[in-house]
Amino acid sequence: MATEQTAAFEKQPMWAGGRSPFNVSYGKLMMWIFLLSDAFTFSSLLVQYGAQRFSNAESAVTTKWPDPASIFNHFPFMHGVHLPLLFVSVMTFILILSSVTMVLAVEAGHRNSKKEVQTYMLWTILGGVAFLSCQAWEWATFIHEGARLDSNLFGITEQGYKHLESVGFGDHFEWEAGDRTFGPVPFAALFFIVTGFHGFHVFSGVVINVVVYIMTFRGVFERRGHYEMIEKAGLYWHFVDLVWVFVFTFFYLI
Amino acid sequence: MSTAAIHADTHHDHHEHKESFISKYVFSMDHKMISKQFLITGIVMGMVGLIMSLIFRLQLAWPDEQFGFLETLLGKWAVDGKLDPNFYMGLVTIHGTIMVFYVLTAGLSGTFSNLLIPLQLGARDMASPFMNMLSYWFFFLSSVTLLSSVFVETGPASGGWTVYPPLSALEKAMPGSGLGMTLWLAAIALFIVSSLLAGINYISTVLNMRTKGMSMNRMPLTIWAFFFTAILGLLSFPVLLGAAIFLIFDRSFGTSFYLSDIYLEGVGALENIGGSPVLYQHLFWFLGHPEVYIILMPALGITSEVISTNARKPIFGYTAMVISLMGISFLSFIVWGHHMFITGMNPFLGSVFMILTLIIAVPSAVKAFNYLTTLWKGNLRFNPAMLFSIGLVSFFISGGLTGIYLGNAALDIQLHDSYFVVAHFHLVMGSAAIFGMFAGIYHWYPKMFGRMMNKTLGYFHFWITFITAYLVFFPMHFMGLAGVPRRYYQFTLVEDFNVWMDVNKLITVAAIVGGGAQLLFLYNFFYNIFKGKKAKQNPWQSNTLEWSTPVERIHGNWPGEIPTVYRGPYEYSRPDREEDFFPQYEPDESAPEVLHTKETKSAPDTKKVEEVEEGSVFFAAIKRVFGLS
Repeated sequence: MATEQTAAFEKQPMWAGGRSPFNVSYGKLMMWIFLLSDAFTFSSLLVQYGAQRFSNAESAVTTKWPDPASIFNHFPFMHGVHLPLLFVSVMTFILILSSVTMVLAVEAGHRNSKKEVQTYMLWTILGGVAFLSCQAWEWATFIHEGARLDSNLFGITEQGYKHLESVGFGDHFEWEAGDRTFGPVPFAALFFIVTGFHGFHVFSGVVINVVVYIMTFRGVFERRGHYEMIEKAGLYWHFVDLVWVFVFTFFYLI
Repeated sequence: MSTAAIHADTHHDHHEHKESFISKYVFSMDHKMISKQFLITGIVMGMVGLIMSLIFRLQLAWPDEQFGFLETLLGKWAVDGKLDPNFYMGLVTIHGTIMVFYVLTAGLSGTFSNLLIPLQLGARDMASPFMNMLSYWFFFLSSVTLLSSVFVETGPASGGWTVYPPLSALEKAMPGSGLGMTLWLAAIALFIVSSLLAGINYISTVLNMRTKGMSMNRMPLTIWAFFFTAILGLLSFPVLLGAAIFLIFDRSFGTSFYLSDIYLEGVGALENIGGSPVLYQHLFWFLGHPEVYIILMPALGITSEVISTNARKPIFGYTAMVISLMGISFLSFIVWGHHMFITGMNPFLGSVFMILTLIIAVPSAVKAFNYLTTLWKGNLRFNPAMLFSIGLVSFFISGGLTGIYLGNAALDIQLHDSYFVVAHFHLVMGSAAIFGMFAGIYHWYPKMFGRMMNKTLGYFHFWITFITAYLVFFPMHFMGLAGVPRRYYQFTLVEDFNVWMDVNKLITVAAIVGGGAQLLFLYNFFYNIFKGKKAKQNPWQSNTLEWSTPVERIHGNWPGEIPTVYRGPYEYSRPDREEDFFPQYEPDESAPEVLHTKETKSAPDTKKVEEVEEGSVFFAAIKRVFGLS
């Protein structure tokens, strides 16, 4: 009797218990749930950005949100050349490429091909490190230009305007003499916090990828018989990539 | 008995292994031990929060009196036995923080989610026992951090438990905004990590680890409640994390996300400008409102289970209960604005938030009516757990009704930040949730410790707590309606509020008596862990799966195979059964396997049938009289 009933349960739909309804391991499910939660963290940061930006859009005190294309226009070894958003495009391209190599690693994992997994994981790690290095350069340049957490040189302060005029970008900003006002203060602070928080995620991703790489190298997954860990790391990596698309859009494009 | 059949199974899954003291009691990965760790930490934190509230109640009732013991206890915070105003604010803040986060979030949901999710679903443990352990220890660290803030020189955070900027953002604003506030933020960050780890675990366990036959619509309502609670926590706490990150930067790194033109001590604008303190409130209440339901829903789930078991009736409207939980969870995310009606928000937005807020009354009322209809004509067993559950229903109704007042933007402008609000949330969220927690403790104590709690002490505990809770919080409604604001240090200084001093004294006396009653509970709880009467296998004749585990708790929960589930959890008083309960794990040889909702329809009890017939005779008579037939 009991066995008949057991047999009946196996025919039942997948939500009837005794198995995973999505046919995934708990680890993968947890990663999805974590990413959902993390998406809300990033949302709260971007909501903060949106609120600050809109409240600064047309107020009497602050007239203009700085134009990112005029600020992020530097490129290594190209001093004084106006190359709007070129460097950040390269960064973005690197990060997306690393996502591609991650997909290839996951695919190789499905075929249990240890060697290919290793190769592609290595490329992914390199991509992550390259992105972080680019971000370090971007930050350093921005700070060198005068960006601080507690003030905003860009936009409309006289000092900032003069500085920008001296380096030849005065045309990109509006400035009226006697209009002694602050620029939208949170501009640089938001940039540092949000890209910093994203960069921290990329850094964590690189650490995870290195751990997974070492585990692959030592044959842990080969012995385990499956490369699911690569998939979990991949989920995280793609998420970080996806978030960058939003951060990039908000901070550089619009 | 089928339980015997289940237990007589081979012991191939169970490995006897010796555990050291550390791995068993300290860094335990057994969900039952972790739940006890959460519970006992929660009880300790609860006592701290309670004592704090008694201290500031003393100040409110007898502001001019000097209490020597306060100086002994608090040192420089109560020179000559008179409470320092800054420390009063600190006490209010830390009392709120402890009660909301540490007792009613982690202490309640941490305890019972950990205990019941694997036991009631038929799982050996949580999906990831290791993360579960981490979750507790992050919580522990967080508790220690928060408590340590009481001992710093400038005092604990004291801007209210919501820590609104600019008070919380400017170190110079008040003494508590210094190191105390930093520690508060650190504690909350750790708490968020803990709740994230726990939430991920709860959700994946509920989805992935149910035993055979435990379909979603056979899950006990406790599990549904924990499931939705975990989802709420998972989606709302990260937003608080975001808010906290900006606050930390404002405090320590010179940014001004939450600071706009401010004059401090009458002179000089600060350098920090351009931000908006209201934005913090938006981010905070996006967590803060779901948080209310994170607190309340586990208590409601526990109550559903306890009331159904002790009324010996199926819960009225199982599906309605689940849908109302779902509705509350969804709505809780889109009503946060009702905490901010007076922040100068667009009145149109205020009306939207008002309407959404009032809609929450619908699923809440569904739950209240379902509890009442479950109790209706039930074969009630008034053990302490049942009494506390009924107490919850009482608080839920009396506190919930004032929620309808406060949800109205027009009324809220008058009542905002008055004692009316204090009365409202202490009844509907504070007292109701803590009663749910007590109900859970009394009900599942045998499962946790294998022993029984003393019933008589439980009755005393219930009645004293119940009466004093109403005595404490009910008069506050009237104070609030008269305009008495919350968080004031001393009312004798304000002429208009002098008339309330007698009421304040009554409240304080009631609070002290109610606090004293908790000593009965503490004695009952800790004494019986060691000396209590040994529990029976299924002391409450309950249907759910946790009572099929052996009384001597073992790692892995079931010695043999995990039992299969054959029916819903609330099959009480089935007319075709000799016993008045029908456990989920007991195979049924004769009856076809159906859900309990359908079952009750197909087998109405005889009394009901008679009534229906009487009714139809009555209608037939009316029809004849009026010549309708």
